[in-house]
Amino acid sequence: MATTAATVSDKNLWKGGVEPLKASYGKLMMWFFLLSDALTFSGLLVTYGFSRFSHPTFQGKIEDFYFSVKHWPIPERVFTHIPFFHVNAPLVFVGIMTFVLILSSVTMVLAVEAGHRMDKEAVQKWMLWTIVGGLTFLGCQAWEWTIFITGGKPLMVDGLQIIGANLQGNEYGPVLFADLFFFITGFHGTHVLSGVILNILVFYNTTLGTYEKTGHYEMVEKVGLYWHFVDLVWVFVFTFFYLV
Amino acid sequence: MGHAHNDHDLSKPVQVLPPDKAKIRRILMTTLFLGLATAIEFVIAFTMEPGTPKTMIFVLLTFYKTFYIVGEFMHLRYEVKTLIWSVVLPVSFICWFITAMLAEGHSVEVLRTWASTWF
Repeated sequence: MATTAATVSDKNLWKGGVEPLKASYGKLMMWFFLLSDALTFSGLLVTYGFSRFSHPTFQGKIEDFYFSVKHWPIPERVFTHIPFFHVNAPLVFVGIMTFVLILSSVTMVLAVEAGHRMDKEAVQKWMLWTIVGGLTFLGCQAWEWTIFITGGKPLMVDGLQIIGANLQGNEYGPVLFADLFFFITGFHGTHVLSGVILNILVFYNTTLGTYEKTGHYEMVEKVGLYWHFVDLVWVFVFTFFYLV
Repeated sequence: MGHAHNDHDLSKPVQVLPPDKAKIRRILMTTLFLGLATAIEFVIAFTMEPGTPKTMIFVLLTFYKTFYIVGEFMHLRYEVKTLIWSVVLPVSFICWFITAMLAEGHSVEVLRTWASTWF
Protein backbone atom coordinates (compact mmCIF):
# COMPACT_ATOMS: atom_id res chain seq x y z
CA MET A 1 0.00 0.00 0.00
CA ALA A 2 1.31 3.43 0.90
CA THR A 3 4.46 1.89 2.38
CA THR A 4 5.91 1.03 -1.03
CA ALA A 5 5.19 4.49 -2.37
CA ALA A 6 7.13 6.02 0.50
CA THR A 7 10.37 4.14 -0.16
CA VAL A 8 10.43 4.41 -3.97
CA SER A 9 10.61 8.07 -4.86
CA ASP A 10 10.32 9.68 -8.27
CA LYS A 11 14.01 10.43 -8.30
CA ASN A 12 15.03 6.82 -7.85
CA LEU A 13 12.68 5.56 -10.49
CA TRP A 14 13.99 5.32 -14.02
CA LYS A 15 11.25 4.84 -16.58
CA GLY A 16 11.13 1.08 -16.88
CA GLY A 17 13.00 0.14 -13.72
CA VAL A 18 14.30 1.14 -10.34
CA GLU A 19 17.86 2.47 -10.56
CA PRO A 20 19.74 0.13 -12.85
CA LEU A 21 23.28 -0.30 -11.43
CA LYS A 22 21.91 1.19 -8.18
CA ALA A 23 23.06 4.66 -9.16
CA SER A 24 20.94 7.65 -10.06
CA TYR A 25 20.70 8.74 -13.70
CA GLY A 26 22.85 11.84 -13.14
CA LYS A 27 25.66 9.98 -11.39
CA LEU A 28 25.74 7.24 -13.99
CA MET A 29 25.93 9.75 -16.83
CA MET A 30 28.73 11.57 -15.00
CA TRP A 31 30.64 8.26 -14.83
CA PHE A 32 30.27 7.68 -18.56
CA PHE A 33 31.24 11.26 -19.36
CA LEU A 34 34.36 10.83 -17.23
CA LEU A 35 35.10 7.59 -19.05
CA SER A 36 35.08 9.40 -22.40
CA ASP A 37 37.17 12.20 -20.90
CA ALA A 38 39.68 9.62 -19.66
CA LEU A 39 40.02 8.40 -23.25
CA THR A 40 40.67 11.97 -24.44
CA PHE A 41 43.36 12.55 -21.84
CA SER A 42 45.00 9.20 -22.50
CA GLY A 43 45.08 10.19 -26.18
CA LEU A 44 47.04 13.32 -25.25
CA LEU A 45 49.41 11.54 -22.86
CA VAL A 46 50.03 8.69 -25.29
CA THR A 47 50.86 11.28 -27.96
CA TYR A 48 53.45 12.62 -25.53
CA GLY A 49 54.86 9.10 -25.08
CA PHE A 50 54.93 8.57 -28.84
CA SER A 51 56.78 11.84 -29.46
CA ARG A 52 59.22 11.18 -26.69
CA PHE A 53 60.03 7.68 -27.96
CA SER A 54 60.37 8.90 -31.55
CA HIS A 55 63.05 11.45 -30.53
CA PRO A 56 66.54 10.47 -29.42
CA THR A 57 67.15 10.35 -25.67
CA PHE A 58 70.12 12.23 -24.24
CA GLN A 59 72.97 9.78 -23.75
CA GLY A 60 75.15 10.51 -20.77
CA LYS A 61 74.95 11.73 -17.22
CA ILE A 62 72.23 14.15 -16.07
CA GLU A 63 74.92 16.59 -14.89
CA ASP A 64 76.27 16.85 -18.45
CA PHE A 65 72.82 17.43 -19.95
CA TYR A 66 72.46 20.40 -22.30
CA PHE A 67 69.42 21.70 -24.17
CA SER A 68 69.33 20.86 -27.87
CA VAL A 69 66.74 20.20 -30.58
CA LYS A 70 68.58 16.91 -31.21
CA HIS A 71 67.27 15.17 -28.09
CA TRP A 72 64.23 15.24 -25.80
CA PRO A 73 64.73 17.46 -22.70
CA ILE A 74 64.92 16.04 -19.17
CA PRO A 75 61.96 17.62 -17.27
CA GLU A 76 63.86 18.13 -14.02
CA ARG A 77 66.26 20.37 -15.95
CA VAL A 78 63.38 22.39 -17.44
CA PHE A 79 61.13 23.02 -14.42
CA THR A 80 63.55 24.32 -11.80
CA HIS A 81 61.94 27.56 -10.61
CA ILE A 82 59.95 28.40 -7.50
CA PRO A 83 58.41 31.82 -6.83
CA PHE A 84 60.29 34.42 -4.73
CA PHE A 85 63.50 32.38 -4.41
CA HIS A 86 66.33 32.41 -6.92
CA VAL A 87 67.47 28.87 -6.33
CA ASN A 88 67.69 25.73 -8.42
CA ALA A 89 64.70 23.71 -7.17
CA PRO A 90 63.83 21.06 -9.76
CA LEU A 91 60.18 19.92 -9.73
CA VAL A 92 59.53 21.36 -6.24
CA PHE A 93 56.84 23.72 -7.51
CA VAL A 94 54.96 20.99 -9.44
CA GLY A 95 55.16 18.87 -6.29
CA ILE A 96 53.46 21.64 -4.32
CA MET A 97 50.80 21.96 -7.05
CA THR A 98 50.11 18.22 -6.79
CA PHE A 99 49.63 18.49 -3.02
CA VAL A 100 47.29 21.47 -3.42
CA LEU A 101 45.09 19.53 -5.85
CA ILE A 102 45.05 16.37 -3.70
CA LEU A 103 44.06 18.45 -0.65
CA SER A 104 41.24 20.16 -2.55
CA SER A 105 40.04 16.69 -3.49
CA VAL A 106 39.97 15.80 0.21
CA THR A 107 37.90 18.86 1.11
CA MET A 108 35.51 17.85 -1.69
CA VAL A 109 34.93 14.37 -0.16
CA LEU A 110 34.33 16.06 3.17
CA ALA A 111 31.69 18.25 1.47
CA VAL A 112 30.03 15.14 0.05
CA GLU A 113 30.09 13.51 3.49
CA ALA A 114 28.50 16.61 5.02
CA GLY A 115 25.85 16.52 2.27
CA HIS A 116 24.83 13.00 3.26
CA ARG A 117 24.16 14.34 6.75
CA MET A 118 22.17 17.33 5.41
CA ASP A 119 24.67 19.59 7.19
CA LYS A 120 24.40 22.80 5.15
CA GLU A 121 27.00 24.75 7.13
CA ALA A 122 29.64 22.04 6.71
CA VAL A 123 28.92 21.66 2.97
CA GLN A 124 29.40 25.41 2.56
CA LYS A 125 32.66 25.37 4.50
CA TRP A 126 34.21 22.45 2.59
CA MET A 127 32.99 23.70 -0.81
CA LEU A 128 34.64 27.02 -0.11
CA TRP A 129 37.95 25.32 0.74
CA THR A 130 37.69 23.27 -2.44
CA ILE A 131 37.20 26.45 -4.47
CA VAL A 132 40.21 28.06 -2.75
CA GLY A 133 42.30 24.97 -3.60
CA GLY A 134 41.22 25.06 -7.23
CA LEU A 135 41.98 28.76 -7.60
CA THR A 136 45.40 28.29 -5.95
CA PHE A 137 46.20 25.54 -8.43
CA LEU A 138 45.15 27.74 -11.37
CA GLY A 139 47.32 30.58 -10.07
CA CYS A 140 50.29 28.23 -9.77
CA GLN A 141 49.74 27.05 -13.32
CA ALA A 142 49.59 30.61 -14.65
CA TRP A 143 52.94 31.28 -12.99
CA GLU A 144 54.40 28.04 -14.34
CA TRP A 145 53.33 28.94 -17.87
CA THR A 146 54.79 32.45 -17.56
CA ILE A 147 58.18 31.06 -16.54
CA PHE A 148 58.06 28.43 -19.29
CA ILE A 149 57.10 30.96 -22.00
CA THR A 150 59.57 33.64 -20.90
CA GLY A 151 62.53 31.27 -20.52
CA GLY A 152 65.98 32.72 -20.03
CA LYS A 153 68.74 30.61 -21.55
CA PRO A 154 68.90 31.19 -25.33
CA LEU A 155 69.29 28.16 -27.58
CA MET A 156 70.99 28.38 -30.99
CA VAL A 157 69.12 26.54 -33.76
CA ASP A 158 70.41 26.84 -37.35
CA GLY A 159 72.08 30.14 -36.53
CA LEU A 160 68.91 31.50 -34.95
CA GLN A 161 68.61 32.36 -31.30
CA ILE A 162 65.49 31.00 -29.54
CA ILE A 163 64.48 32.38 -26.15
CA GLY A 164 61.53 30.98 -24.20
CA ALA A 165 58.81 28.89 -25.78
CA ASN A 166 55.90 29.08 -28.19
CA LEU A 167 54.23 26.66 -30.60
CA GLN A 168 56.92 27.17 -33.28
CA GLY A 169 60.01 26.65 -31.19
CA ASN A 170 61.43 26.57 -27.69
CA GLU A 171 64.74 26.78 -25.87
CA TYR A 172 64.28 23.41 -24.18
CA GLY A 173 64.41 21.01 -27.12
CA PRO A 174 62.26 19.69 -29.98
CA VAL A 175 59.26 21.82 -31.03
CA LEU A 176 56.84 19.07 -29.95
CA PHE A 177 58.01 19.28 -26.34
CA ALA A 178 56.59 22.76 -25.75
CA ASP A 179 53.55 22.04 -27.96
CA LEU A 180 52.59 19.07 -25.82
CA PHE A 181 53.33 20.98 -22.63
CA PHE A 182 50.84 23.65 -23.71
CA PHE A 183 48.25 21.15 -24.92
CA ILE A 184 48.34 18.72 -21.99
CA THR A 185 48.66 21.14 -19.06
CA GLY A 186 46.38 23.60 -20.87
CA PHE A 187 43.63 21.03 -21.45
CA HIS A 188 43.92 19.96 -17.82
CA GLY A 189 43.89 23.60 -16.66
CA THR A 190 40.68 24.16 -18.64
CA HIS A 191 39.15 21.24 -16.76
CA VAL A 192 40.24 22.74 -13.44
CA LEU A 193 38.73 26.08 -14.46
CA SER A 194 35.36 24.56 -15.38
CA GLY A 195 35.53 22.51 -12.18
CA VAL A 196 36.02 25.67 -10.12
CA ILE A 197 33.04 27.28 -11.90
CA LEU A 198 30.88 24.21 -11.15
CA ASN A 199 32.06 24.26 -7.53
CA ILE A 200 31.12 27.93 -7.23
CA LEU A 201 27.64 27.16 -8.62
CA VAL A 202 27.17 24.32 -6.13
CA PHE A 203 28.37 26.54 -3.29
CA TYR A 204 25.91 29.24 -4.40
CA ASN A 205 23.02 26.77 -4.56
CA THR A 206 23.91 25.34 -1.16
CA THR A 207 23.87 28.82 0.33
CA LEU A 208 20.49 29.56 -1.27
CA GLY A 209 19.15 26.34 0.26
CA THR A 210 18.29 24.76 -3.11
CA TYR A 211 19.48 21.31 -2.05
CA GLU A 212 17.65 21.53 1.25
CA LYS A 213 14.47 22.11 -0.74
CA THR A 214 15.25 19.17 -3.06
CA GLY A 215 15.86 17.02 0.00
CA HIS A 216 19.33 15.76 -0.96
CA TYR A 217 22.83 16.99 -1.85
CA GLU A 218 23.40 14.71 -4.83
CA MET A 219 24.66 17.60 -6.97
CA VAL A 220 27.65 17.88 -4.62
CA GLU A 221 28.39 14.21 -5.29
CA LYS A 222 28.17 14.60 -9.08
CA VAL A 223 30.40 17.66 -9.22
CA GLY A 224 32.63 15.87 -6.70
CA LEU A 225 33.09 12.99 -9.15
CA TYR A 226 34.24 15.47 -11.81
CA TRP A 227 36.59 17.22 -9.39
CA HIS A 228 38.26 13.96 -8.28
CA PHE A 229 38.69 13.00 -11.91
CA VAL A 230 40.51 16.28 -12.60
CA ASP A 231 42.76 15.51 -9.62
CA LEU A 232 43.37 12.00 -10.97
CA VAL A 233 44.37 13.33 -14.39
CA TRP A 234 46.92 15.60 -12.72
CA VAL A 235 48.39 12.58 -10.89
CA PHE A 236 49.03 11.06 -14.33
CA VAL A 237 50.37 14.30 -15.84
CA PHE A 238 52.69 14.70 -12.84
CA THR A 239 54.13 11.20 -13.30
CA PHE A 240 54.33 10.96 -17.07
CA PHE A 241 55.16 14.53 -18.00
CA TYR A 242 57.28 15.71 -15.09
CA LEU A 243 58.78 12.67 -13.32
CA VAL A 244 59.50 10.02 -15.96
CA MET B 1 23.34 6.18 -2.02
CA GLY B 2 19.85 6.19 -0.66
CA HIS B 3 18.24 9.45 0.23
CA ALA B 4 16.12 9.15 3.31
CA HIS B 5 13.48 11.76 2.64
CA ASN B 6 12.14 12.82 -0.68
CA ASP B 7 8.85 14.28 0.43
CA HIS B 8 10.26 17.84 0.45
CA ASP B 9 8.33 18.83 3.52
CA LEU B 10 9.60 22.36 4.17
CA SER B 11 7.49 22.91 7.26
CA LYS B 12 9.68 20.47 9.20
CA PRO B 13 13.19 21.68 10.06
CA VAL B 14 15.97 19.81 8.23
CA GLN B 15 17.42 17.10 10.40
CA VAL B 16 21.21 17.37 10.53
CA LEU B 17 22.99 14.14 11.45
CA PRO B 18 26.25 14.14 13.45
CA PRO B 19 29.53 13.58 11.53
CA ASP B 20 30.27 9.97 10.61
CA LYS B 21 33.55 9.51 12.52
CA ALA B 22 34.50 6.22 10.85
CA LYS B 23 33.97 7.66 7.37
CA ILE B 24 35.98 10.81 8.10
CA ARG B 25 38.78 8.66 9.55
CA ARG B 26 38.87 6.65 6.32
CA ILE B 27 39.01 9.84 4.25
CA LEU B 28 41.93 11.16 6.30
CA MET B 29 43.80 7.84 6.07
CA THR B 30 43.36 7.91 2.27
CA THR B 31 44.77 11.44 2.28
CA LEU B 32 47.79 10.23 4.22
CA PHE B 33 48.42 7.37 1.75
CA LEU B 34 48.13 9.71 -1.24
CA GLY B 35 50.47 12.24 0.34
CA LEU B 36 53.02 9.57 1.23
CA ALA B 37 52.95 8.10 -2.28
CA THR B 38 53.61 11.55 -3.78
CA ALA B 39 56.42 12.20 -1.29
CA ILE B 40 58.05 8.84 -2.14
CA GLU B 41 57.82 9.61 -5.88
CA PHE B 42 59.50 12.91 -5.20
CA VAL B 43 62.38 11.35 -3.28
CA ILE B 44 62.89 8.65 -5.91
CA ALA B 45 62.97 11.28 -8.67
CA PHE B 46 66.24 12.60 -7.25
CA THR B 47 67.88 9.54 -5.74
CA MET B 48 67.54 6.82 -8.39
CA GLU B 49 69.38 6.50 -11.69
CA PRO B 50 67.04 6.86 -14.68
CA GLY B 51 66.05 3.52 -16.21
CA THR B 52 63.36 0.86 -16.37
CA PRO B 53 63.23 0.13 -12.57
CA LYS B 54 62.72 3.82 -11.80
CA THR B 55 59.96 4.15 -14.41
CA MET B 56 58.29 0.98 -13.11
CA ILE B 57 58.23 2.36 -9.54
CA PHE B 58 56.61 5.57 -10.81
CA VAL B 59 54.00 3.64 -12.79
CA LEU B 60 53.18 1.39 -9.81
CA LEU B 61 52.88 4.33 -7.41
CA THR B 62 50.63 6.13 -9.90
CA PHE B 63 48.35 3.09 -10.09
CA TYR B 64 48.38 2.87 -6.30
CA LYS B 65 47.17 6.47 -6.13
CA THR B 66 44.58 5.83 -8.85
CA PHE B 67 43.02 2.98 -6.84
CA TYR B 68 42.67 5.24 -3.81
CA ILE B 69 41.28 8.25 -5.68
CA VAL B 70 38.80 6.26 -7.78
CA GLY B 71 37.97 3.66 -5.13
CA GLU B 72 37.61 5.83 -2.02
CA PHE B 73 37.14 9.43 -3.16
CA MET B 74 34.96 8.61 -6.17
CA HIS B 75 33.36 5.82 -4.17
CA LEU B 76 33.59 3.29 -7.01
CA ARG B 77 34.67 0.48 -4.65
CA TYR B 78 31.27 0.60 -3.01
CA GLU B 79 29.17 0.59 -6.19
CA VAL B 80 27.62 -2.56 -7.68
CA LYS B 81 29.93 -4.90 -9.63
CA THR B 82 28.34 -4.15 -13.01
CA LEU B 83 29.01 -0.43 -12.62
CA ILE B 84 32.62 -1.07 -11.58
CA TRP B 85 33.25 -3.26 -14.61
CA SER B 86 31.51 -0.95 -17.07
CA VAL B 87 34.01 1.73 -16.08
CA VAL B 88 37.14 -0.39 -15.61
CA LEU B 89 36.87 -2.55 -18.76
CA PRO B 90 36.83 0.29 -21.32
CA VAL B 91 39.72 1.95 -19.49
CA SER B 92 41.75 -1.27 -19.68
CA PHE B 93 41.75 -0.98 -23.50
CA ILE B 94 44.01 2.05 -23.06
CA CYS B 95 46.79 -0.32 -21.94
CA TRP B 96 47.02 -1.72 -25.45
CA PHE B 97 46.86 1.81 -26.89
CA ILE B 98 49.89 2.78 -24.79
CA THR B 99 51.89 -0.34 -25.68
CA ALA B 100 51.17 0.03 -29.40
CA MET B 101 51.95 3.73 -29.64
CA LEU B 102 55.16 3.55 -27.59
CA ALA B 103 56.41 0.69 -29.79
CA GLU B 104 55.44 2.68 -32.87
CA GLY B 105 57.26 5.76 -31.54
CA HIS B 106 60.38 3.74 -30.87
CA SER B 107 60.24 2.30 -34.38
CA VAL B 108 60.03 5.84 -35.84
CA GLU B 109 63.16 6.78 -33.91
CA VAL B 110 65.06 3.72 -35.12
CA LEU B 111 64.06 4.40 -38.74
CA ARG B 112 65.01 8.09 -38.45
CA THR B 113 68.45 7.20 -37.08
CA TRP B 114 68.91 4.58 -39.79
CA ALA B 115 67.86 7.04 -42.50
CA SER B 116 70.17 9.76 -41.22
CA THR B 117 73.20 7.49 -41.76
CA TRP B 118 72.29 7.28 -45.47
CA PHE B 119 71.04 10.75 -46.32
